[in-house]
Amino acid sequence: MKFRVFATFVGPSLLLMFIFIAAPLAAVFWQSFHVTQPVYTTVVAETCTPGFINQICTTESRIQLELDEDGIPIRTTEFVGLQTYRSVLELDRFWAAVKDFSWSKLMVIDFWKALRFTLTFTLVTLPLVIGVGLLIALAVNSAAKTVRGQIIFVSLLPFIITPVIGALSIRWLFVGDGILTAFLEWVIERDIAMLGHAWTIELLMLFYRVWHVAPFAFVVFYAGLQTVNNDTVESAVIDGANRIERLRYVVIPHLMPLIVFVSLIHLMDAYRVFEEIVGFRSQGYVISLQWLTYDFLTPDETGNRAVSSASASAMLTMVGIVIILVPLLRKTWRDHRAGLN
Amino acid sequence: MAAPRSLRMSTGLRVASIGFIAFWCLLAAFPIAWISVMSFKLPVDAFASNPLHVVFGPFTRDAGKGLSILDIAIGGTAIWQFVRFATRRMPHLVKAHPPFGSTLLGWIFGSLLYGLVFVVVIAWILPSVMPAINKLAGPLGKPIIGFTIEHYKSVWIGDGFYRNFLNSLMVTTGVVTVSLTVGTLAGYGLARSGSSLAFWILIVALVFRALPHSVLVAGYLPVFINSAEFLRPLLGELAPTLYGKPFAVIAVLVSINQPFTIWMLRSFFQNIPAELDEAARVDGCTHFQAFRWVIMPVMWPGVITTGLFSFLLAYNDFLVTSLLLDATNQTMVPAIAGFFNRETTTTDQVKAVAAAVSITAPLFLLVMVFQRQIVSGLTAGAVKG
Repeated sequence: MKFRVFATFVGPSLLLMFIFIAAPLAAVFWQSFHVTQPVYTTVVAETCTPGFINQICTTESRIQLELDEDGIPIRTTEFVGLQTYRSVLELDRFWAAVKDFSWSKLMVIDFWKALRFTLTFTLVTLPLVIGVGLLIALAVNSAAKTVRGQIIFVSLLPFIITPVIGALSIRWLFVGDGILTAFLEWVIERDIAMLGHAWTIELLMLFYRVWHVAPFAFVVFYAGLQTVNNDTVESAVIDGANRIERLRYVVIPHLMPLIVFVSLIHLMDAYRVFEEIVGFRSQGYVISLQWLTYDFLTPDETGNRAVSSASASAMLTMVGIVIILVPLLRKTWRDHRAGLN
Repeated sequence: MAAPRSLRMSTGLRVASIGFIAFWCLLAAFPIAWISVMSFKLPVDAFASNPLHVVFGPFTRDAGKGLSILDIAIGGTAIWQFVRFATRRMPHLVKAHPPFGSTLLGWIFGSLLYGLVFVVVIAWILPSVMPAINKLAGPLGKPIIGFTIEHYKSVWIGDGFYRNFLNSLMVTTGVVTVSLTVGTLAGYGLARSGSSLAFWILIVALVFRALPHSVLVAGYLPVFINSAEFLRPLLGELAPTLYGKPFAVIAVLVSINQPFTIWMLRSFFQNIPAELDEAARVDGCTHFQAFRWVIMPVMWPGVITTGLFSFLLAYNDFLVTSLLLDATNQTMVPAIAGFFNRETTTTDQVKAVAAAVSITAPLFLLVMVFQRQIVSGLTAGAVKG
């Protein structure tokens, strides 16, 4: 295919990605070093009231917004270097907490709190998603052929549901004396409030994510199981391998590329955890990195959006993405090189 | 083919495996099923701690809002017929009469019509006819289960949820059509090129796919809010403020979705043998003619699958739409945040539940109709490694 033809085919897509992904990325990078704010001037005014012999004069200074001819506040943008990063990371409080070896002090700082949750969330859900997905795939693979379609249909529901709604639907089961709260109280015979503690909410959020993503892992693994070489399995049987050994030495190695694929997709998605915070309304207890950026972007009471703080926290979030992507990119690069030779 | 004896499972393992599947299916369906039951009850029943109260709704029934055996029988038959129609007849009908030769348009139009007929029959005709029949039926016409659709009515009509629905419809239709048009061309180009430029484009797309959406929105917001000033030198007085405009959100969602779309479509196009378009080229077609007359007729399964995932992204999005759309243009998912934020009374809570179920219902139908395509889409990227 000639370059010109290739460019016409790919052009529109590249243009969109350039305008709406690459350019905003550059803009965010720039914004994180600059602060745009209204100009305030200090006006010193002397007011005098008539008094006996001398006037009584008071000098007071007022801070006032500068307006242009149209009455719109003038805004200036200035370069502030790493100041926004420092204020997002709250380095003073961070070092104070580190010096005291105080985990609880560290966990009241928004950014570090969000980082802690995002990492825990990503790393805890990963093995669970892979494990549960694999278990369902193995179980369905051994089930009768006639019911497999229905099982796949039901399994797809948690995957397809709007994430915010999915989180809400689980939350509603626990709200107040909701059905599952009532059930748990009956089982362990004590009063509980699943939505009243940080750790119980976090548990629900982990559960929700595994519930939401396990179907994806299941479908991918199930498709992979269809291509397991039966001869290999049979020769393993002849060699005396039991079920666990066959799983360990034949099936899992066969599925390994898929396991890597699902893990990478899951790492990317779990690191962006956000909808759970909205659905479970956990912002008072637990927040994530992406939620932090979202919160900076939401207008506060005065209608201002903390754009440069949002940009700084977004750039910091990106660091994690880069770390997750490096192994993936290296693998793709190696495959590409192998394909060329 | 029966499995060899040595590969068969022991009884214990078999029971455990069936039990596990049953448990998983319960777990997968329960939250969704439960909130749909809740949404049809008065708050007293919906949030009762006794599960039987939630299911049968004694207070709802005593308030005069109940279903008799006859209601259940007739309503159940009607719904069953709708389901059968959607799964059996509809695919054939759409294939047989595609408007303007486009199956995709046929599906959009067909599902809209279907949804409309469904709502009219279930929420309007049946409720107005049934009381009269119930009176004649005697004991069979006595209400036994509490059931009310008043929360749906007050959400959709009273709170104007239908406007959010229309906004969602507009945004998703826009995203799916633009995304597929642009993505199909790019996917085809990338699949047939094989140059290292194509490889690098795919790698960059992979990096873009991993970006958190909030990062991008942080880039859009200041520009969109002030876009009238930025664009004035170019467009004069017509320069629009992009903030709050659905078409701006469509452009954003299409772009965010592009990396995924081109990867997926590329893998579908790679499965179409290149000999096909080479034969057309030998016969004197240009690349575009080959694409139009040889590839387009055979590409629809892959395009429909990719379209489903574009639809899901646009429909399910909360972050982008909640930050970039103003209140009048809000889509359904961010709008529900408004419902549950003012959840002060239990009635408000049940209304929020009803809104949530309304959002989920189209997705449920989608899985029902397109299960095969969704599964093939999930595995398309994966099985090739």
